[in-house]
Amino acid sequence: MPLLEVRNLKAYYLTSRGPVKAVDNVSFDLERGESLGLAGESGCGKSTLGFSLINLLPPPGKIVDGSIKIDGIEVVGKPDEELRREVRWKKISMIFQGAMNALNPVLTIGDQLSEPLIYHQGVSKVEATERVKEHLELVGLDPDIYKRYPHELSGGMKQRAVIAMALLEHPDVIIADEPTTALDVIVQAQILNLLKSLKKKLNLSIIFISHDLAVISEIADRLAIMYAGEIVEIGPSENLYLNPRHPYTQKLLGAIPRLKKKVERLEFIPGAPPNLIHPPSGCRFHPRCPYRFEPCDKEEPPFIEVEPGHYVRCHLFAKR
Amino acid sequence: MAEVVVKVENLKKYFPLRRSVVEFLRGSPPRSVKAVDDISFEIHRGEVFALAGESGCGKTTTGRLIVKLLEPTSGKIYFNGTDVTTLSREEEKEYRKKAQIIFQDPYGSLNPRFRVYNVLEEPLILQGIGETKSEREELIIRALESVRMVPPEEFLGRFPHQLSGGQRQRVAIARALILNPEFIVADEPVSMLDLSIRAEILNLMEDVKKRFGLTYLYITHDLSTARYFSDRIAIMYLGKIVELADSDTLVENPLHPYTKALIAAVPEPEPSMKDVIKEIPIKGEVPSAANVPPGCRFHPRCPYRFEPCDKEEPPFIEVEPGHWVACHLYSKR
Repeated sequence: MPLLEVRNLKAYYLTSRGPVKAVDNVSFDLERGESLGLAGESGCGKSTLGFSLINLLPPPGKIVDGSIKIDGIEVVGKPDEELRREVRWKKISMIFQGAMNALNPVLTIGDQLSEPLIYHQGVSKVEATERVKEHLELVGLDPDIYKRYPHELSGGMKQRAVIAMALLEHPDVIIADEPTTALDVIVQAQILNLLKSLKKKLNLSIIFISHDLAVISEIADRLAIMYAGEIVEIGPSENLYLNPRHPYTQKLLGAIPRLKKKVERLEFIPGAPPNLIHPPSGCRFHPRCPYRFEPCDKEEPPFIEVEPGHYVRCHLFAKR
Repeated sequence: MAEVVVKVENLKKYFPLRRSVVEFLRGSPPRSVKAVDDISFEIHRGEVFALAGESGCGKTTTGRLIVKLLEPTSGKIYFNGTDVTTLSREEEKEYRKKAQIIFQDPYGSLNPRFRVYNVLEEPLILQGIGETKSEREELIIRALESVRMVPPEEFLGRFPHQLSGGQRQRVAIARALILNPEFIVADEPVSMLDLSIRAEILNLMEDVKKRFGLTYLYITHDLSTARYFSDRIAIMYLGKIVELADSDTLVENPLHPYTKALIAAVPEPEPSMKDVIKEIPIKGEVPSAANVPPGCRFHPRCPYRFEPCDKEEPPFIEVEPGHWVACHLYSKR
């Protein structure tokens, strides 16, 4: 049984102008010790999906339908009190985007990291300190950082502290939302190395959310591409990077400037992602798709398995 | 030899730091952040010259010094042979017409209470270009067309918040183009944009460069776009240029240990890396520019440091034609 099972998940923002369908009918599995990259343009719903998984969607966001099972526990519809006690941070935790800049500036790193242990688990202050120090070491920080304030740390150190925070209650799944976006490239490589070694050491499952496909390729065993609230392609990283099927995936990969390969002219995707209150009919990508044909603006394409474990939502691969 | 548009000579910019009470009482000397510390380079007509480096290396300060948004502590900046560090106010206004800047953050660089029309009209009014409103409108429409915001009439009345990130950055480019400049400093013009739009904006900048015969200083932390977009790349570290070469040479045959580390750290969209812990030859992070290490400023992080590195500052030497590096490894001994 997979560790995380998401089925037909729908998370909408219920605004006065109508529901914004930020996550629409998303299904996927995640095995223990596996990493899944989640990529797409801004506004495609990837962060909303992350927030839904941990059940912390900011209002007016709401999971309207579907199921999320973490280690066999159904979390959709579970009372918040129980979620807090049993699931959140213990089974699944999240490294929020920009969290390193959201550390409380007037508390020491130690105080902010031990707080959840003291309040959630009722451990004594002394024991909490011990555990925080262990976790700081685990992420490659000097345990003496415990006594430091956030402004005394560099960006890379703060990001490590935030990762330690997410790991404190030994979750099985960790959602990392753009964890390296604000970092310099050398620090970014160090953080990616850290996540890779943690994944191995703790047999951690990671959902890595980023708009940067080059960064994702460094860590993801499988890759899911989101467009306008839907997963349009998902499969093993090797298949997606080397043999992308969906026109959107192909275009996204064609837009990446490569350092070690000279590209004469980069491609880009004309147009903008659609409005998610009234997404386009049929295939949501059809207004921007260079290969669109007869059924694309009418029928929604099915999710088709083109190779074992490699699924594509595109009429080009549907049997006709 | 190509014609030189911008020449920077021994440029320095120090930002003074306030002394603490203790420092003041002890009579310690005032300290400063050496954001740009003695750099020299030339930008040729029609080229894209990239300044690349990590945050805090002084690349943005250099760009702002060149367009005179900051006054240098010392050093010279020549534009078409004229020293622009000692211009009168009138001459400075004239200079601003020829040298423009595109800022990093299109969400912050456009006045939220200005419509696109006003954003583009302001430089014209300030420079006294266009006698009548209709003449100015004509120029504005042409500028919007040149950044492919068509039909332009549709965008004139919009506020920045009604535009996407890519459209905002195009307005910023149009604002830089409207005075018909020769030279544009592009300070991280795509780093805040989505990957799919980055390519579009870079291609657009390339096209307007060809069309209007522009020269760019491209400031970036991203070596991949620097290679794609620029002809030559200079790598900065703590206020100094440590290596300078044409883009292909710099990426394929880097000499400075810092450049090598930067290049090793850049992720490539190759799934084969996913289980490999990448070897990054250097440790730690960039030290504060208020506290620059003696000798070569990279020596505390350098895996190859040897005897002279912590004492003498390495000279900037030309190893091959056009390939400069500041590292003791390549000095004649």
